Amino acid sequence: MSGITVDPAVSCAPAQEISADLSGQMLELDEDDDLEVFSKDSTLSDGSLFNASMPTSPASMVNQLEEDVDTKDIFITVDNPESHVTAIETFITYRVLTKTTRSEFDSCEYEVRRRYQDFLWLKGKLEEAHPTLIVHPLPEKFVMKGMVERFNDDFIETRRKALHKFLNRIADHPILSCSEDFKIFLTAQAWELTSHKKQGPGFLSRMGDTVRAVANTVRGVKNRPEEFATIQEYVDTFAQKITSLDRVTQRILKEQKEYLEELKEYGPVYTLWSGSEEELVEPLKGMAGCIDRCCKETEEQVNHLAESLVPALHEYVLCAETLKAVLRRRDNIQAEYETKNETLANKKADREADSKDLGFILGSFLGKNPEEAKQQRQQRLDVEIEELKEEIEKLEDKMECANNALKVDWSRWQRSMREDVKTAFLHTAEKNVDYYEKCLAVWESFLLSQGSGLDAESSREQPQAPEEMAKEASLQAT
Amino acid sequence: MADPSNITADEEVAAATGDTDVATAAAASAELENNKTNTMVEEGAHLIKKMEICVAEAEKRMGKNSVNIQETYTVYLIETRPIDAVAEGQNPAPDSLWRRYSEFELLRNYLLVTYPFVVVPPLPEKRAEFVWHKLSADNMDPDFVERRRVGLENFLLRVASHSVLSNDKIFYHFLKEENGWKEVVFETGFQAKADSRLRALNATFRVKTPDKRFTELKHYSDELQSVTSQLLRVRARVADRLYGVYKVHGNYGRVFSEWSAIEKEMGDGLQSAGHHMDAYASSIDDILEEEEHYADQLKEYLFYAEALRAVCRKHELMQYELETAVLDLTSKKQQREELATGTVRTFSFKGMTTKLFGQETQEQREAKLQVLEEQIIEGEELVKEKTVECEEFVKNAWVDMERFKEQKDRDLKEALINYAIMQIGVCKKGIQVWANAKECFSKM
Repeated sequence: MSGITVDPAVSCAPAQEISADLSGQMLELDEDDDLEVFSKDSTLSDGSLFNASMPTSPASMVNQLEEDVDTKDIFITVDNPESHVTAIETFITYRVLTKTTRSEFDSCEYEVRRRYQDFLWLKGKLEEAHPTLIVHPLPEKFVMKGMVERFNDDFIETRRKALHKFLNRIADHPILSCSEDFKIFLTAQAWELTSHKKQGPGFLSRMGDTVRAVANTVRGVKNRPEEFATIQEYVDTFAQKITSLDRVTQRILKEQKEYLEELKEYGPVYTLWSGSEEELVEPLKGMAGCIDRCCKETEEQVNHLAESLVPALHEYVLCAETLKAVLRRRDNIQAEYETKNETLANKKADREADSKDLGFILGSFLGKNPEEAKQQRQQRLDVEIEELKEEIEKLEDKMECANNALKVDWSRWQRSMREDVKTAFLHTAEKNVDYYEKCLAVWESFLLSQGSGLDAESSREQPQAPEEMAKEASLQAT
Repeated sequence: MADPSNITADEEVAAATGDTDVATAAAASAELENNKTNTMVEEGAHLIKKMEICVAEAEKRMGKNSVNIQETYTVYLIETRPIDAVAEGQNPAPDSLWRRYSEFELLRNYLLVTYPFVVVPPLPEKRAEFVWHKLSADNMDPDFVERRRVGLENFLLRVASHSVLSNDKIFYHFLKEENGWKEVVFETGFQAKADSRLRALNATFRVKTPDKRFTELKHYSDELQSVTSQLLRVRARVADRLYGVYKVHGNYGRVFSEWSAIEKEMGDGLQSAGHHMDAYASSIDDILEEEEHYADQLKEYLFYAEALRAVCRKHELMQYELETAVLDLTSKKQQREELATGTVRTFSFKGMTTKLFGQETQEQREAKLQVLEEQIIEGEELVKEKTVECEEFVKNAWVDMERFKEQKDRDLKEALINYAIMQIGVCKKGIQVWANAKECFSKM
């Protein structure tokens, strides 16, 4: 890990404190993309901040990326689901426990209770403030498949784990974890949270945003930069593949469960048989015992799939949707900028047209003083043009920030996706090896108990068919 | 050896019969006796020790059947070679001939009728049963034909190793002479016996004093039948499910491969892991193919249970016939007594009508007595015959039961051990595949 030690205060403060030395440290990054970004954007250090909690300093982002796990200064757990019944509804709350040494927190330990709605609110706020950052997905609101009730124990446990992950991912994120809303979520008492929720842009203004966003979507973005086009392509394919994997894994789980059910019927038949035999009682009971033990191992395998692999993959199905939304929002920001530019171009054209005295004819026709009218119009246009230019500058900044934020977060996301997927499949492979090893031991002990000159050793020397050996050889070569 | 079962008429028989002359027995049982005497002499000289037997191939043929309709059927090549020749280093070409399944059936039926006290080895099933869904239930399916070939060979080997059956001439001809074998079999007249025996076996009758050992054995055969068929059914379902689990993993292979195309760092790891998933998915075919051998072994004993039951039933029938003959004799003797002494001990319509309508003449009575005497002599012979038959049957059956029991215990124990070895193989394959996959995942 890098030797950079960072004063936590720096990472969340306004960007002016960027130190030039840090740009030298950037060469330690593997990704060329990031390298490019940061050398270009070091001039943005005075760039506009449209959100007080967002550090635009790319350098500070870099530092956070390199941050060692050991320097983690905030620990969050989600546990202890409890059911609450009111006159109107029944809902579950979870305990959210925070332990931290961060200076912006008044205390070092907080315990609050939150319900799913609260998590939804937090997610919404974070996305609002950082439209092009990738926020880890929340577990789904409902599960349509099967007869899962909202208050089924497995469902609650799965949800709890996902909520835990959600908060921890935010805590690990260099920018998101500095969010004021996040802090309030972790620390505020119930009534405080409620009142805080009521603040912020009202319903109508949010409506306006949505309408604008939809309008822009309809219009579409004109010149999507290539790197984002590439990301879009990737995300589309990724979404397909991860959805397939999710489905395949669920199917495997189903088949395993059905296999287990049949296996449970198998052992008892051997026991039944042993009841009518004399010499064969021992081996038959032995068989029954072996099969029953294999049943237990299969059950563990099933549990692992259900509790680990399936949720892990499903999480990334949701991630794919998040990515698509992020890309859409980025596109919208660009579209907004492009629209304004077009408007400016139109206005400028108008101004041009005006100076060609075309308006004079119309004006005199209407009986106004042509010179005065023309001047008024020109002045008005000039003002509008100036205003537009200012807005465009702001939008351009907004767009650039959004793009950079996405770029950085994109490689961050890819890294954690790789880690997560790798870990999930690695665990599953380990579990499967474990399963077969345990079953192997079961059958070998059966052989031992039967003696009869056939022991475990001779079974090891079983000759393989030539086709089998060839296949194995080719597999090992890949 | 086995002592004759307790029959109340036992004493009667002993009292009534004089010296036992085997030669006066019916022609059919003389044949049987002859065979048995032969076998007693040649005990230990099993055909299997002198001859190599195998069912080498199977082929499809077309031909017209008994109702003149074209049909496709399979024939099996039986090859035989004297063992001495092989041992001496020569390599003579084996004698061979083709037989179809129905001929094997004919042979077995012949053996069943001719040696009713033997637990005759079963043939492989006529139609595929207890199939898990992917396995074909079609008789023409090559896998089914192959398993049947093995089963037929097994049948021949078992017969050839049986101390009694291996010496049968019809069996020898079956192995050696292709043409005219059917005619020879029919000439033995076993068919007639078969028909009557079959009818009798299917009839319900109650034996008054059943032999406890045979009753127990019959119960055992029922239990064995029931449990092996249950086992076969459950095993097939388990196999079916396992197939599903393995095959779905093949989808991982496909998706990993597609996904690897868009990944840079993870691409290679995903791709190679995908290959292992494919290998895993396809490994189930061989695994279940091997398990079919285990299923076949269980099936053999499912059918053996039937054969065992058949022996018990034949004994019951024999017992019943003996009891009937004894009862018949007893009643005839009683009639004679009544006629001779004029006393009526048992109720009869004849007696009633005589009382009502007057006595018979002395001549009539004499005639009747004469007939009865003849009948009683015949009856006594029959009882003697049947008793000997029964005793012989019980003695020989018990020998074969012991042999069968030992064989069954040995074979089934070996089958279970082989099953365990198979499972160990499956586990080892699983460990290998997933260890390889783990390797690939760790490189992602």
